[in-house]
Amino acid sequence: MRDSLPMKNTSATPLEAGAKRSTPSGGLQAWLPRLVLAPSVAISLFFVYGFMLWTFVLSLTSSRMLPSYDFVGFGQYSRLMANERWWVASTNLMIFGVLFVVICLVIGSLLAILLDQKIRQEGALRTIYLYPMALSFIVTGVVWKWLLNPQLGIQAMVQSWGFESFRFDWITDPDMAIYTLVIAAVWQASGFVMALFLAGLRGIDDSIVKAAQLDGASLPRIYWRVVMPCLRPVVFSAVMILAHIAIKSFDLVVALTGGGPGYATDLPATFMYAHAFTRAQIGLGSASAMLMLGGVLAILIPYLYSELRSRKHG
Amino acid sequence: MANVIRRQTPAARLFRGLLYGVLILAALFYILPLVVMLMTSVKPLSEISAGSLLSFPQNPTLAPWTKAWGEACTGMRCDGVGGYFWNSFAIVIPAVLISTTIGALNGYALTKWRFKGSELVFALMLFGCFIPFQVVLLPMAQTLGWLGISSSRAGLILVHVVFGIAFTTLFFRNFYVGIPNELVSAAKLDGAGFFRIFWRILLPVSAPIIVVSVIWQFTQIWNDFLFGVAFSAHNTQPVTVALNNLVNTSTGVREYNVDMAAAMIAALPTLVVYVLAGKYFVRGLTAGSVKG
Repeated sequence: MRDSLPMKNTSATPLEAGAKRSTPSGGLQAWLPRLVLAPSVAISLFFVYGFMLWTFVLSLTSSRMLPSYDFVGFGQYSRLMANERWWVASTNLMIFGVLFVVICLVIGSLLAILLDQKIRQEGALRTIYLYPMALSFIVTGVVWKWLLNPQLGIQAMVQSWGFESFRFDWITDPDMAIYTLVIAAVWQASGFVMALFLAGLRGIDDSIVKAAQLDGASLPRIYWRVVMPCLRPVVFSAVMILAHIAIKSFDLVVALTGGGPGYATDLPATFMYAHAFTRAQIGLGSASAMLMLGGVLAILIPYLYSELRSRKHG
Repeated sequence: MANVIRRQTPAARLFRGLLYGVLILAALFYILPLVVMLMTSVKPLSEISAGSLLSFPQNPTLAPWTKAWGEACTGMRCDGVGGYFWNSFAIVIPAVLISTTIGALNGYALTKWRFKGSELVFALMLFGCFIPFQVVLLPMAQTLGWLGISSSRAGLILVHVVFGIAFTTLFFRNFYVGIPNELVSAAKLDGAGFFRIFWRILLPVSAPIIVVSVIWQFTQIWNDFLFGVAFSAHNTQPVTVALNNLVNTSTGVREYNVDMAAAMIAALPTLVVYVLAGKYFVRGLTAGSVKG
């Protein structure tokens, strides 16, 4: 930061140019890298940091249809805390987030381990497991909405096979609809976790596994006690990425359930959008956006901290 | 070779059989939704209500596809998703090219021309990868209005470039860190300048990371919905927004076959990219988790 102060820079330039024994154009050459980076830095300062601050300011105002700068302190936050729908959205995010992350990890690591057993057609299987990740969450939502449709989807199909009492109408059931989001999201992202784990497995030194085998350890035991501990960084980054996807989930809810039935499957991201853009509650919407940012920071900061620490140590 | 020995015992054969069984079941879980989507999109409506999800189309027809492309209603208008499909391209192509170019130059400057504070600059920009975009939506809407490009393709391009350069810079920075500095230092001593070194030394070896960056940005921007729905108007919507409108337009009979055809149309470009360059797609996905 201090670097961008003009005084500091003018004194640094001749020094650096001298050190490089450069040509007369050396002054400009020394400045070029910074000039090239300057627009991006400016963009990031304005569009990321500035906008975060701006949203925070809006969250302190009574803005409704249009932004106004009539400050009401943390009034919007207390309104949010008293808002039933916000609590539904937050609880949903907890349920959805935890299930989504855990199930993706279990399926992804399991598939990676199974695929790592010298499987024929491994490439084809990998391609099939991973392709949903290339789709838009809107496409995923539209497809699963069709599959989960009680009259024409999976329920109807299984009933037509003779299991008349089979029920799978979660999407129309306010208590169960949130789990349909989990199913669709797991379908989309678990292959990605598989790819992460597989890359991790391939990076493990074979000799560790061989040594454990010679000691007579069984295969599951080797994976649980020897291989998994080596994959801790992979688990860590997978959790980070998945948690991040969960908090940002918006498109999937819009396409699959529309937040319904009622607002039973609202998430903070849809809550924010609905209040800021369609319900003319800009102040409240901003407050909810700030809380989402808080949630992301709460998982990001420990991650960055441990990344930096491990980099220093190794 | 260990396999050959293991396969001879019956227990090991059972184990292999189970292994393949589980893997194939998993493959069905992932592939069936796509198969159902494709089959539904070529069935006439009568066959959909009479048959079941997995019944094979008896009289396949492309009518749902032509309807989805050119006639289906997306909200108030009934001209299909075709126009929005091209809209997406008109937004994605410039946004991908601009953000990749900026990312390449940033990554180059951050690794081969380090200066005091360059790491800080990188950390500052990297944060843009992580923010939930809800936190920038309202200020962005107002800023686009001030710039006179709200609800325009130019506005969406700007938004995608602004929030894409954090990722592209990350990709190129992590790639260029691995390129030895000796060549660059030698060229610097010979008096070669910033852009000349980039053009002659870095760019020729950058093909893999350019592919990663282009594919990542392409899928991200093509699949975007949040910015598309917040910052577009009728005629500038990307295809994801049009698809969502089409599915949620409730006039007359629900035409599930048309819905599925439209979903296929919206999914095809990224699927094609994935099939053609899956390796690079995976690399982009994992780049975030690989330490730089």
